Amino acid sequence: MPEPGGRLLANLMHFARTLRAAGLPVGPGKVIDAVAAVRTVGITDRRDFYWTLHAVFVNRPDQRLIFDQAFHVFWRNPDLLKKMMGLVLPEMRIDAAEDEGTAMVRRLAEALHPDIGKKGEAEESETEIDAAMSFSDREQLRGMDFEKMSLEELARAKAAIARLRLPVQDVPTRRFAPDRRGARADLRATLRAALRSGGLIELKRRSRRRRPPPLVVLCDISGSMSRYSRIFLHFMHSVTNDRDRVHTFVFGTRLTNITRYLRHRDVDLALDRVAEAVTDWSGGTRIGHALCEFNRLWSRRLLGQGAIVLLITDGLDRDAGAGLAHEMDRLHRSCRRLIWLNPLLRYEGFEPRSLGMKAMMPYVDEFRPVHNLESLEILIDVLSAPTIRRGPPTAEWQAGYDRAA
Amino acid sequence: MTILPSSVDDTLALLGSADYVADRSLATAVHLALHLNRPLFLEGEAGVGKTEIAKVLASALRRRLIRLQCYEGLDVASAVYEWDYARQMIEIRLAEAAEEDRGEIESTIFSDRFLIKRPLLQALEPDIAGAPVLLIDELDRTDEPFEAYLLELLSDFQVTIPEIGTIHAEHPPIVIITSNRTREIHDALKRRCFYYWVDYPTAARELEILKRKAPGASEHLSREVVGFVQRLRTMDLFKLPGIAETIDWTEALMQLDVLELTPHAINDTLGVLLKYQDDIARLHGSEAAHILEQVKAEAAAAQEVPSPRPSPRMRGEGGTREREGEGQPP
Repeated sequence: MPEPGGRLLANLMHFARTLRAAGLPVGPGKVIDAVAAVRTVGITDRRDFYWTLHAVFVNRPDQRLIFDQAFHVFWRNPDLLKKMMGLVLPEMRIDAAEDEGTAMVRRLAEALHPDIGKKGEAEESETEIDAAMSFSDREQLRGMDFEKMSLEELARAKAAIARLRLPVQDVPTRRFAPDRRGARADLRATLRAALRSGGLIELKRRSRRRRPPPLVVLCDISGSMSRYSRIFLHFMHSVTNDRDRVHTFVFGTRLTNITRYLRHRDVDLALDRVAEAVTDWSGGTRIGHALCEFNRLWSRRLLGQGAIVLLITDGLDRDAGAGLAHEMDRLHRSCRRLIWLNPLLRYEGFEPRSLGMKAMMPYVDEFRPVHNLESLEILIDVLSAPTIRRGPPTAEWQAGYDRAA
Repeated sequence: MTILPSSVDDTLALLGSADYVADRSLATAVHLALHLNRPLFLEGEAGVGKTEIAKVLASALRRRLIRLQCYEGLDVASAVYEWDYARQMIEIRLAEAAEEDRGEIESTIFSDRFLIKRPLLQALEPDIAGAPVLLIDELDRTDEPFEAYLLELLSDFQVTIPEIGTIHAEHPPIVIITSNRTREIHDALKRRCFYYWVDYPTAARELEILKRKAPGASEHLSREVVGFVQRLRTMDLFKLPGIAETIDWTEALMQLDVLELTPHAINDTLGVLLKYQDDIARLHGSEAAHILEQVKAEAAAAQEVPSPRPSPRMRGEGGTREREGEGQPP
């Protein structure tokens, strides 16, 4: 228990620094808040003290665990905490602002194998501290390295992304903008104009503002898709930085949310961070499992405002489509539009033989096959092509499958 | 004007007096919000009693409750203020007929008389009973521009109306913001608030809540209901039942004169507890019966021991918090 007075202030500052290092967004303002809060509640009870600081420093549910661990260790022994920092929070370190130079060096050094897992386990046994992080994965985990983008490529990517028109374009919002030919009268503007001019009141008009709906990209990065990973990641990076409300996930055997890494402006740095964060590059695919995870953990948070889901996968599923239809159905029901982009078809007349594909087909609104995916430009052209409305998008495929069966 | 509670214990008692069974941790956050004039940001799953806190605070402190229900596209005109255009137009016509000075017309029509006050502006107005409780409900349903608008209001408790000027609250309202976390609220807004994650209650607390909210239910039935619901929350369901569902379910069972849970009674009323067809289909029949058996066995075991100690169940990320909440030795 810390003594009140000068020591407490110093300790609170130290504690705040610790939390900041651990990745919590704690600024100087928070320290002042914390002091005021502790004064208000008083330090008579350890539990109250805990919850006082909790109310000030924690902003999101996922920060609670970090706060909890930091609190218990720090207010017993601040020095121990310093030793632990390296162990407890390897994932958070990726988020922390990092200077670009070291990131580059590290990337070169670790080119194909992030051995962060091994290191973590070794330290874990030494210090005997329970840091329940996801190190001990028995799956085969692989690293990924991407070629850097040249300046020319970068310019082309930007130009290409500007052309992107998804089959569902802007949707009307409930907000209005002045519009001469709008359908509704803008009374406020009318009144202001009337006051300025006097005499005849001229009616001003407005119409609904339109904006693109949120976009959720679910991209398959399994072995069969590995040759396209770079293109897709570049696509996801460009689209994330081009518009708001874009969320990106990659999946192989597990689902990873990479939105935050892709928000980094620099494409190479962003991709490096993705490569570090994702552990199942070029392995098997469990589409049903990944979608199940998405539906359960993310769908209600991301698909709330009528989002479009862009599902990028070749439909080759290790679990042979088990449970996939059910999850596809749910995903389809909870979004505005489900677009499936399939890069497997390298030649015309391809017919879906795998069970995974068959399970997915009935649930897509829009189906976009790519026969020869060489560049971002082709990808964007394919996505921007106008919708051809002739029955369900996969009708032809379905017919082909039935013939084959 | 009612006096604010002076300590965390008093806050806890205050909430209790209005039949809200709160964790001490929640009382601490409420206490801080009341005394430091900061909004309280409550996040949690649907049906854990977030909105209820604002209602309870208003009734316990005898303050006015002003509620702003958020939705996508909520704008200043429906949240803060709007001018009464029709009356303004008439006023202009009348004034012009009377050949009044133009500057004078302008100052008349942009006066308090023509201002329609919406919840946020109402909350800034002085009130004899003391500053009102402002509930901004389900903030996650609105969009980012509105969130940004709230920044000025929540940090300085003032609103700027271009035609009039800045309106400042003499006594800042008690602000409670709730979110179901269907999307992440921006950090800039959260930074101005005290944050609290409202979790599902422990078995003991849930039983206490049931006692207050469904007083007609027998002790036996309540125990079974709580045991069953607590077990459901450990399962991998699409939507876990909240406290609101527990209360509804108990009431439904009482209406049907059920004195003891049976697989049959559960099957008939499962729709009150679970709101997704998948979840219902999964629980229907043998699975529910199986859980019920476990609950009954647990209850029987607890009765053999002289003083049954309710065991808080660890649930995912809530686990560590609960440990603290249930009183860890200093």
